[in-house]
Amino acid sequence: MSFDWMKIPYALLTVFIVFNYGMLLGALIQKIGARAGRRHGIPIWQNYVDLIKNYGQRTSITHGVMFYLGPVFRLTGGIGLLLFVPTIYGSYMFSNLSFAGDLILALYFVFFGTLGMALGAGESGHPHAAIGITRGLSQVSVAELPFALAVFAVALQYQTLSVTDIVAAQQGGVMNWTLFTNPLAVAAAMLAFLGSMMRPPFDVVIAPQEIPIGPPTEYHSAYLALMQTNRAIFPIAKMVIYMNLFFGGATSWPEFAVKVFLLYLFSAFVGVCFPRFRVEQSIRWFLIWAVPLGVLAILWV
Amino acid sequence: MEQELKPELQIRKVKGPDGVEFEVEPLRDYYCEALPTVQHGAYIQIVEDFFNWARSHSLWILGFGTGCGAIEMRPLMTPRFDAYRYGIQWRPTPRQANLLVISGYLSVKTLKRAIRAYEQMQSPKYVVGLGSCTINGGMYWDSYNTIKRLDDYMPVDLYIVGCMPRPEALLAGFEDLKKLIRAGKAEGANQYAEKFDWYKSNQKRVIHDWDMPDYSW
Repeated sequence: MSFDWMKIPYALLTVFIVFNYGMLLGALIQKIGARAGRRHGIPIWQNYVDLIKNYGQRTSITHGVMFYLGPVFRLTGGIGLLLFVPTIYGSYMFSNLSFAGDLILALYFVFFGTLGMALGAGESGHPHAAIGITRGLSQVSVAELPFALAVFAVALQYQTLSVTDIVAAQQGGVMNWTLFTNPLAVAAAMLAFLGSMMRPPFDVVIAPQEIPIGPPTEYHSAYLALMQTNRAIFPIAKMVIYMNLFFGGATSWPEFAVKVFLLYLFSAFVGVCFPRFRVEQSIRWFLIWAVPLGVLAILWV
Repeated sequence: MEQELKPELQIRKVKGPDGVEFEVEPLRDYYCEALPTVQHGAYIQIVEDFFNWARSHSLWILGFGTGCGAIEMRPLMTPRFDAYRYGIQWRPTPRQANLLVISGYLSVKTLKRAIRAYEQMQSPKYVVGLGSCTINGGMYWDSYNTIKRLDDYMPVDLYIVGCMPRPEALLAGFEDLKKLIRAGKAEGANQYAEKFDWYKSNQKRVIHDWDMPDYSW
């Protein structure tokens, strides 16, 4: 089996572009949220400054090996997710390291960071971290359920586990998108999307006003900076999956930018409109509204 | 003056899950005994200046209101003053914060918590004293359980005077703090490490029920 080594620098270039886009988009979405609250919010470059500051902190303390590995796992989850799905469809440079069964791997990577984080934050020994993880894992697990059902529905519909093939099947006009060929799966997945974006109404896990900031309570300095890096990459990587599976993928960077922005805006829009759920409320909400949609989507196909 | 320790801090025998009995001394076993050391910046001055610039534009305040002055911090988060525009944000945990605002009078009981919070923050860290109470006790100058000079207990980088200072005064104060940080003059954490014994003796003089390690990592 021959391996095309040029794919590696190209994949790194994708990570670089996505990282910067994620940093700016994150700040932009925060500004939009602030405007909804009649504030101006952070400057657009604030995330970069915070990142530099956190990498530049002079001291940091550790609680053990897993405490180190937590943020590393998290970042691995984000980058891994991005690397194994095609970012730009049909482009040799930006189809990354995608392969035939990448959909299953992507599903795994979505969850990977959360699990690593749970181990790391658990070792910090802080009670807030432990409670935060319990809440976070229960909410993310239940939000993952409709997403997984939707993914299975899509895989059944196109009879493939390759993201590239799924995007290929959606080419040739808006009406070929999964959004129109299987609206139930898209609806279930979009509800799951809200649950995993850590914005209201499903952000009780990391809300500063609740259990102070949840799992990352003990994380600081460079550890926190790693997690911030992931916070720029992971949502975009996740939206790349959504874009590929449900919204026809992207054939160019501008198309990618617009689609990802609109997806992000969807969660921000819901976020500024609705108040926060408690964890047991959100679990019930997902089980009642999102999971049946996912089941119906599978039956539909 | 030796104080009786709280029950959970006393030396005791514990039986492990494997049936082996061992002695636990919470203050030694559960806490790190090392004392803070002076932390030097980056070797190359231009890198340190760059970091200082980033630090000045990313002030993360610990959301810990010690006195009535905390009420003046809240309007800063809301549309009227919106301190987020200036890179000022609030963090709920001392690990992630780098600015501790002592907002108003500080009772001895709160001082204990403020010290622990300050020591858990990561260097470089800054302290701002808000209101007259932190300078000379203010209207609490003859109170039996508030401290008068904050500077005796932790290194203060900047005072914002007034009783109470308005949110505008706070914003102006934070801008001054930024100038200090950019000039490399806000080295309170190192000052604390250098004069550690002096600060500790001052703290122990007012806190009579000292039942915590000398430095909370």
